[in-house]
Amino acid sequence: MTRSLTRRRALATGAGAALLPLVHVGGAHAAGSLAVGFWDHWVPQGNDVMKKQATAWAEKNKVDLQADFITGNGNKLLMTRAAEAQARTGHDMLAFQTWDIHQYADRLEPVDDVMGHLIAQYGQTNEICEYLGRIGGHWGAVPTSSGTQIKGPCGRISLLNQIAGLDVVGMYPARPEHTAAADGWTYDAMLKAMAACKKANVPFGIGLGLTVDSTDSAGALFAAFGAELVDGEGNLKVRSEPVHRLLEYAQQMVKFLPADAISYDDASNNRALISGKSALIFNPPSAWAVAKRDNPTIAADCWTFPAPRGVKGRFAPYLPFFWGVWSFSKNKSAAKDLIAYLSERAQVEERCNVVEGFDLPPFDSMLDFKIWEEVEPPKGTIYNYPLRKWHDARPTFAASWAAPDVAVQIYNRGTLPTMFAKLMTGSSIEQTMAWAESEVQGFLR
Amino acid sequence: MADGTLAPPAAIPRGVSAKPRSGIKQLARRRSLTAFLMCVPLLVLIGGLVLWPAIYSIYLSMLNKKMTRFVWFDNFVFLLNRPTFRDVIFQSVIFAVSAVVFKALIGFVLAHVMHNIPSRNQRIWRGLLLIPWVIPLAMSTLTWWWLFDPSYSAFNWVLNAFGFPSVPWLGVTWWARFSVILVNVWYGAPFFLIMYLAALKSVPEQLYEAATIDGAGSWAKLRYVTLPMMRNIISITVLFSLIVTFANFDIVRILTSGGPQDQTHLFSTYAFVVGIESGDIPLGAAVSLFMLPILAVFAYFILRGVSRRSKEGLG
Repeated sequence: MTRSLTRRRALATGAGAALLPLVHVGGAHAAGSLAVGFWDHWVPQGNDVMKKQATAWAEKNKVDLQADFITGNGNKLLMTRAAEAQARTGHDMLAFQTWDIHQYADRLEPVDDVMGHLIAQYGQTNEICEYLGRIGGHWGAVPTSSGTQIKGPCGRISLLNQIAGLDVVGMYPARPEHTAAADGWTYDAMLKAMAACKKANVPFGIGLGLTVDSTDSAGALFAAFGAELVDGEGNLKVRSEPVHRLLEYAQQMVKFLPADAISYDDASNNRALISGKSALIFNPPSAWAVAKRDNPTIAADCWTFPAPRGVKGRFAPYLPFFWGVWSFSKNKSAAKDLIAYLSERAQVEERCNVVEGFDLPPFDSMLDFKIWEEVEPPKGTIYNYPLRKWHDARPTFAASWAAPDVAVQIYNRGTLPTMFAKLMTGSSIEQTMAWAESEVQGFLR
Repeated sequence: MADGTLAPPAAIPRGVSAKPRSGIKQLARRRSLTAFLMCVPLLVLIGGLVLWPAIYSIYLSMLNKKMTRFVWFDNFVFLLNRPTFRDVIFQSVIFAVSAVVFKALIGFVLAHVMHNIPSRNQRIWRGLLLIPWVIPLAMSTLTWWWLFDPSYSAFNWVLNAFGFPSVPWLGVTWWARFSVILVNVWYGAPFFLIMYLAALKSVPEQLYEAATIDGAGSWAKLRYVTLPMMRNIISITVLFSLIVTFANFDIVRILTSGGPQDQTHLFSTYAFVVGIESGDIPLGAAVSLFMLPILAVFAYFILRGVSRRSKEGLG
């Protein structure tokens, strides 16, 4: 079949082609193929809803989408990021977490346009998302709810009440209310509760291993005491009053930890709670959710609430995830478009509901989802999981007082929990500080 | 060697000139070329998956942290000045040497036991003893981890049942080191067993008969017949196992992640933490390459000894 190309048709085609790049600005109709690597959610339905949303977007925008769900277990996601960054090929859009944005800043496409759009709609993100995601004034990736969590205390209501005299439900009820009892929830109060629970053979399951749960809990403690090992300019701060004061506190605290705390991994604390061997752990509600399936009696006795207050305030161990676009991606516009779509309130809430409130939106304006009120048993158990205004708490991220290239090493090598572990195995405060100083000096190279 | 020679000219039929038409046939007749061509896929694989990554990691280990500048051996010098890395060297040596010694001893004893079992039963026992070696290491190490688990160790359950206190298998430095070595020995001993068993079977029975006639006892036969005859296979097996054990990753990564307090890290696990997790790829490459020169020298002397003994044997 032959068709003659008239001058009018040629003009129309040319005009259409010229307009194509502008169409994306309106937020629709990106084309081509797109390979996406999402974080493999530990709640299987979390992947299903993500796939459903991404597929709906792809069909609407005529994009050939390949969505992979990459597990964080065995560092698979970490290895994928490292391999793709080195090879400069792979997915167009990938899930990142914590320090990755700093690490791969030169290989990530800036997403200021997407963030500008989201901030205009939903307001600012929190300070940790800014610290980890914004480099040199530019957003390297978009903070996402998928995987983002707070590792605050999850305690046994009955045990804490009977053994330690802590009424955690009264302290942090499932309604927008600041209580006087919450003001008394300090690290000194926690120490007393730990002593009582250790005596009753249900010690607090706070790990001192080399994995992230241990580091995040230790990071919140450092922040609450205002302790820093090194500042942003690389000046050593190990031999400072706050660090000394913290180590004095930790010297007491480690006496009340389980004997195996030093060898804790990220599942040990969960198991301690679910099996009924621990009165309190620092963890997102995943432990509670597994207990709901495996040991419902324990789950019905769990309550999630904010971390204790220290001399410098109340800090919640916050672990954010991001979605980034590689600079070598062949379809950056489509990737950005998908991120913007998945970050819209409706999509975020749908996903949050499916995973029973585990995923925390990075925008404070989205912290009013109903799911945290409704989830049970007991009703309201994770109402205080997201940071509420009346909690008077700030998110913190371990070692974020240091420059990112130093902080990543402190974080991933477990320097903070290892300091406590040293105290637990009999090292003096002086020996612990000397060790930490030597380690940080090495990180400053 | 016959394989390396050209086909004799006489093999070309008389009257057939070496024209282009027969050039390909001639080439194909060169057995050395044919052999080379058949090896090409393997050479490409080795080049792509072994040689190139090795050269690239040497290159990486000489870059600065940002990978923008060549710093020669600065990363290695830096590592040697770090107490944690000196601990890693110590731990790697303890791990590799003790594991290889125990694997070799257990393999040697088991090989002798197997050698003296009647052949029908021997097959069953051989199969059973090879099980640790054929199970994927990551999977079997996970099972070991359940046995050592800090909170719910099956071993501790048994100990407690007999009135003994729990052992912090993975929570105290020397227990954790013992645990990772134990798993490596459990996994690697069957390899020694099978190699030594093959070597034992190749020792001529006449040598033992002659030794018996000369009045040699069991110990003398072992010392003057078995060990000299097995010397080459023992050397090569120990060398191979030492290299593999120094490079071990799975066991420590799964059981302890290098803990407690970095006291079970090996070169590979520490390289992973430094290079991949902490984003310092050049330093991680330097960690992983640290044993290369030492093992290379070690391999040179062992292989030279094997080669000499082989020549003496031939002579």
